[in-house]
Amino acid sequence: MELAINPTTGVPIYLQLAEQIRAGIARGKLRPDQRLLSVRELSQQLVVNPNTIARAYTELEREGVLYTRPGLGVFVARSAPALPKKIRRERLLGGLDRLLVEAVGLGFSADELMELVHERVKQYQWIDSARAS
Amino acid sequence: MTNSIEIDGLVKHYGTRRVVNQVTLRVPAGCVYGFLGRNGAGKSTLIKMLLGMVQPDAGTARLLGDDIHALGPETRARIAYLAEGHPLYRALSVAETARFTRQFYAIWHQRFFDEIVDHFAISPRAKIGQLSNGQRAQVSLALALAPDPELLILDDPTLGLDTVVRRDFLESLIHLIQRKGRTILFSSHILGDVERVADRIGIMADGVLRVDCPTDHFKESLRRVVLAFVGDVPRFPACPGLVSQRQLGGKLELVFIDYGDTQRELVAALDPVTVEELALNLEDAFIAYTRGESRPLPNLEWEPIVC
Repeated sequence: MELAINPTTGVPIYLQLAEQIRAGIARGKLRPDQRLLSVRELSQQLVVNPNTIARAYTELEREGVLYTRPGLGVFVARSAPALPKKIRRERLLGGLDRLLVEAVGLGFSADELMELVHERVKQYQWIDSARAS
Repeated sequence: MTNSIEIDGLVKHYGTRRVVNQVTLRVPAGCVYGFLGRNGAGKSTLIKMLLGMVQPDAGTARLLGDDIHALGPETRARIAYLAEGHPLYRALSVAETARFTRQFYAIWHQRFFDEIVDHFAISPRAKIGQLSNGQRAQVSLALALAPDPELLILDDPTLGLDTVVRRDFLESLIHLIQRKGRTILFSSHILGDVERVADRIGIMADGVLRVDCPTDHFKESLRRVVLAFVGDVPRFPACPGLVSQRQLGGKLELVFIDYGDTQRELVAALDPVTVEELALNLEDAFIAYTRGESRPLPNLEWEPIVC
């Protein structure tokens, strides 16, 4: 999966990278137990300070999205993220509200939005509901 | 943690103008420090004071633990400096320049020098005077790296380089950072470069160090707040964290660092019609810090052209 940096946003580089890795996992471009580029490799590829890459990885590891095997590298975690359900829910609602504001602002009806959501949902990897809770 | 650079209250005047005003700064070992400021903000003067090329009027500083007034040859050999504009002897060839420079250092990795020059596809036989600006920058980077310095000070190394050469230069810099424990202080006014490379940033304006914090923290803690008014736009009262204010049409544009409850209450007290909170990119943040108080632009009124 290709990562890229956008220097024109107000989002710090480590957060941009974390976000793209999360998106890659959600879309199934990154598979469980897949190895990511090492801090060193990614730092050279993106021309970014290795500490910044390490910070993105550490952040995702803390959330349970990635795990490290000493001497072998950083891998995509298999299980659902380690954050408590309540916090995950709050984060999701925040994103959902931004989406709804945008949809209303752009003049979409609720039905049109739901239709788009149904269409888009198919492009992502979902864990079955029994494991989710 | 030890500090590679410790600056305490450095002051320098040129005539009556105070170009460096009480600058105090710590750069920990292993840190990549991006030093920002507009032309004439005092960056180069500060760097030159560290290296003994300009005498400070007041204050002290230490590089790798040694006072800058008593930097011994052994400590100097552990420090490399890239001067602004990459001044080198034009009549010497690249190889001759390396032979000349290596005499100042106890350690010199000729193979490393050769590899860097080769990587940039520069012939060792080429005369410095025949190289482009970009190639000269690459040769001086190779010269700075061959002694394997613990502390690398670069004064606006990418000034005047085109986009591709600049990216090459940054790549080499990233390569260097990967050696643990090496400290790099570099000044620049290309903010995108600084953001990619620096762990911490400092912003100098009018001789004063106004910002000194981790790069991510700087970006995360800044907010642009735009207030819209009907009728007259009021002035925002002085308060902690206010970086700049600017009047644009019927709007007041404020930039804050650590925008919190105190600031929100002051905003609400002005009773604006709308309040918009936005994140800033590094470029906007830099401008907010260094522009100074600007008067509103005059209203331009013109007759519509009738065709």
